[in-house]
Amino acid sequence: MRARLAVLAAATFLAGAANAATIYPLDRAKILVGSPFDFKVELDQVYDAADIDVTVNGKAYADVFGHEAEFVSDEKGKDDASLGSALILRDLSLASAGDYTVSVKAGDAEEKTVNWTVYNTPSVAKAKNVIFFLGDGLSVAHRTAARIMSKGMTEGKADGRLAMDDIPPAAFIGTSSTHSIATDSANTMSAYMTGHKTRVNALGVYADRTPASQDDPKVETIAEALRRQTGKSIGVVSTAEIEDATPAAIVAHTRLRGDKADIVGMFYEVQPDVILGGGSAYFLKSDVPGSKRKDDKDYIQMFTDAGYTVAIDAASLEDAAKNNAGKILGLFHTGNMDTKLDRSFLKKGTVEKFPDQPGLVEMTETAIDRLSQNKDGFFLMVEGASIDKMSHPMDWDRAVVDTIEFDQAIAKAVEFAKSNPDTLIVVTGDHTHGVSLIGTIDDNVEADEMREKVMTYDDAGFPDYADTDGDGYPDKIDVDRRFAIFSNNFPDYYETFRPKMDGPFEPSIKGENGEYVANEQYKDVPGAVLRVGNLPKNADTAVHAVDDIVLQATGPGSEGFSGYMEQSDVYEVLADAFALGTSQKAGQ
Amino acid sequence: MLAASPRLASAAAARLSFDELYGSFSPLGLEFSDKVKDLTGKTVAIRGFMAPPLKAEAQFFVLSEIPMALCPFCSTDADWPDSIVVVYLDRKQTFTQPNQMIEVTGALDRGSWIDPETGFVSQLRLRQARYRTV
Repeated sequence: MRARLAVLAAATFLAGAANAATIYPLDRAKILVGSPFDFKVELDQVYDAADIDVTVNGKAYADVFGHEAEFVSDEKGKDDASLGSALILRDLSLASAGDYTVSVKAGDAEEKTVNWTVYNTPSVAKAKNVIFFLGDGLSVAHRTAARIMSKGMTEGKADGRLAMDDIPPAAFIGTSSTHSIATDSANTMSAYMTGHKTRVNALGVYADRTPASQDDPKVETIAEALRRQTGKSIGVVSTAEIEDATPAAIVAHTRLRGDKADIVGMFYEVQPDVILGGGSAYFLKSDVPGSKRKDDKDYIQMFTDAGYTVAIDAASLEDAAKNNAGKILGLFHTGNMDTKLDRSFLKKGTVEKFPDQPGLVEMTETAIDRLSQNKDGFFLMVEGASIDKMSHPMDWDRAVVDTIEFDQAIAKAVEFAKSNPDTLIVVTGDHTHGVSLIGTIDDNVEADEMREKVMTYDDAGFPDYADTDGDGYPDKIDVDRRFAIFSNNFPDYYETFRPKMDGPFEPSIKGENGEYVANEQYKDVPGAVLRVGNLPKNADTAVHAVDDIVLQATGPGSEGFSGYMEQSDVYEVLADAFALGTSQKAGQ
Repeated sequence: MLAASPRLASAAAARLSFDELYGSFSPLGLEFSDKVKDLTGKTVAIRGFMAPPLKAEAQFFVLSEIPMALCPFCSTDADWPDSIVVVYLDRKQTFTQPNQMIEVTGALDRGSWIDPETGFVSQLRLRQARYRTV
């Protein structure tokens, strides 16, 4: 017995020795030369500083990094639990490109080695401007449906093309996060905008083990790199709350995308020249009804004092665009902006409360007009947010109409690039959804059950959407023969087989025990059937898929995209196009 | 906090509905309706749905206009709609199913308030409240 225990102990000990320590940045990280990042070593046990040996390419780390790290003898977890010793060196940057092997040895028990590649860029920029279009959750089904709904189809051939149809597919992008094959909008957009993969919920940091959300090892965002190396203007446009994960990834450093009040402060630090979206609730001091802050910081006033013209609706955005030359902060909703279907057609959702919200197309146009006044060029990120926000609750009509709107915003950029060919346009999504267009649902079919009206293969035919006014949107969404789009994953919900004309779909609601149940509001819709979920009962909506997404690109630098790439690799192409390894501020 | 504990006679309570809470909406802030201003400090009755309790033992809950669904990756717990009223019960009551409409009666309190226990921020509250299913 004693011998067996000894063997077991030895085996456990050896297993621990192999992987105990964690080093940030993680193994195989790619780091832009000169770009600041935080270096952290997490050890599983408590050591004396003298017992920890860290080398870089075989030399003492402090000699290579230029600084000693801070030694934390014992990091604390929840309830003051001991986590082990740590070394933290903030704001490190590496001036020389090349391969770096970082090795850590602590006592006799823990060892870890990681390899980083520090890359440089050409010294001359290929592109003056980059416009990065991010369709949140943009799956292949969304674009197929948007094309057929917007342009129509005759005898199997599309009657027209989306703007994105003429931007060449350039790469398949893997979206997985550092701790999971699955992903969310925070870590995946953060990877695009920093070049470093991270964990679900994290922005601009590697997710470390301590509970605090804003002490994690940071990496530089593209906005910070542009400020450091260039005189370019920066724009962020979204139909979501501007401090929501995707737009936040341009500026934010936090382990928790939910730190929205603090993310507003991070926007204030970087001060993008154009900020347009929703989410004003986190800009308002806490005593203003509608505020979601817990402090008395008045960011509307602070941005105004910093030289921004504040716009609160389409009319004041137009005024700001015409009458002022400086920075614009446009906040058009306290929360997420309404979908295109609600804003322009059904007037549902919260449109009655916020009746004059600009659309993604107007916001994109305004941002391009303003940013392009900078002779040094610009970086603009445009997010079509509701493609995802409506795909979660399986509100396909809203998701597809927002895909059409997203495409019309892309058309504005394509038009700009025609006369400004030094513009790189990237169109991609941050992750996919488990959604497909499988045919049509035909109300003219006589049947008791709605499922009998789901037409597939030859029976599907073509849908009845018509666009008589030529605005690119269907005149009517609840046509007799409409899309049959389904998710392959879902919570318990009532499938109605129909567009949700009274407002966005809420498929399930949370029960008192924390489990989600089908929302009974839809129970009595004629033909509605209960679909028993295939997700755990803590899932309230359909989830992101792990499937690769398509990245398309056109313009100078677009040749950097090819084959299969991680979303963190995309940053290297952007850095390359902008020559972010070289300072372009000298002599100004 | 309200100093006096009002008598909770449902018959005497003024009715208030969710679409009567705010008089105007703007990204620069919302404004309470005149009705809310007039009824502040008085006993009112509001119908709505009980959002899932933030804490099992908490003696307060969030009353919402429609049954609530919160999605962890499209919103956080801070992302409640504006049309909510926080309810502080005068005594513990059994929580109901979220699909069940309830009528809450209590003293209307307004202004920004951070719950000391949970940090939940609210602009409108019912204090000394009780509810029944309808």
